Amino acid sequence: MPLVGPSLVLSAILFTIGVFGVLVRRNAIVIFMCVELMLNAVNLTFVALSQAHGLSGQVFVFFVMTVAAAEAAVGLAIILAIFRHHKSVDLQNVNLLRG
Amino acid sequence: MMAEQLFWFFAGTAIAGALLVVILRNPIASAFSLIVTMLSLASIFFMLQAHFIGAVQILVYAGAVMVLFLFVIMLLNLGHRETDLKRAPAWFVAVILAGVLASQLVPLSGYSRERMALEYSHSASLAEPAIVFDSTMNAAGLNPVRATQERGVPGDIAMPLFQQYLVPFELTSILLLAAIVGAVVLAKPRI
Repeated sequence: MPLVGPSLVLSAILFTIGVFGVLVRRNAIVIFMCVELMLNAVNLTFVALSQAHGLSGQVFVFFVMTVAAAEAAVGLAIILAIFRHHKSVDLQNVNLLRG
Repeated sequence: MMAEQLFWFFAGTAIAGALLVVILRNPIASAFSLIVTMLSLASIFFMLQAHFIGAVQILVYAGAVMVLFLFVIMLLNLGHRETDLKRAPAWFVAVILAGVLASQLVPLSGYSRERMALEYSHSASLAEPAIVFDSTMNAAGLNPVRATQERGVPGDIAMPLFQQYLVPFELTSILLLAAIVGAVVLAKPRI
């Protein structure tokens, strides 16, 4: 089982970069791309561990990809609706629920 | 070793692309660097004996999802904003949170198959991972290398997908239908 440990390190780094991007950026689409980055990092973990623990991990990656595709479609539709309302995708403007 | 050097090369491009996604101001440039990250991850998947997942990664992620992203960015004509990054306090919080997360995740990556076998088998002595994992894995036809040799590249993942995980697979189609309807309803100005 070569490369399992390095793959886990790589996926930890990618996940952290994704979290950092979500916290730092204001553009809704870039935040969304960082979420996709985190999903990819988790997929890498699944694939790496599937080498040692069986193919079920790869089946889970398949499901994660399906959910990610559905999430991208719905999320981008929401971003379109936000843009139509605010004329920008800056999430600082979307504070209707703030107390 | 050749494979190991290739792995580190693609790991480097993946991390560089991920950093560029966060750093670059222009959303289109961010999207293209995310494509770089996804393609490097696809080649790492190939190296990890997950050929089908690697192909689907290129087709679905780098193909379909990113084209959707680029389409929306160009439709909304984004990319002229200067104030995309948050101000300094948010940066401090982000750096601290990311640091805490990384300091917890990276030690977790010190993966050892023996220790996992020990925890999995609940025995006091050191368990042999070949006995704990490989026997059940081979009996279920879930050993990735052997499955690819026996059933071919799509066949290795198809067997657990359509036998063990058939019900989740069918539920996925309901999810996709709901996502289609939801996206159309959300994106329409007037229903």
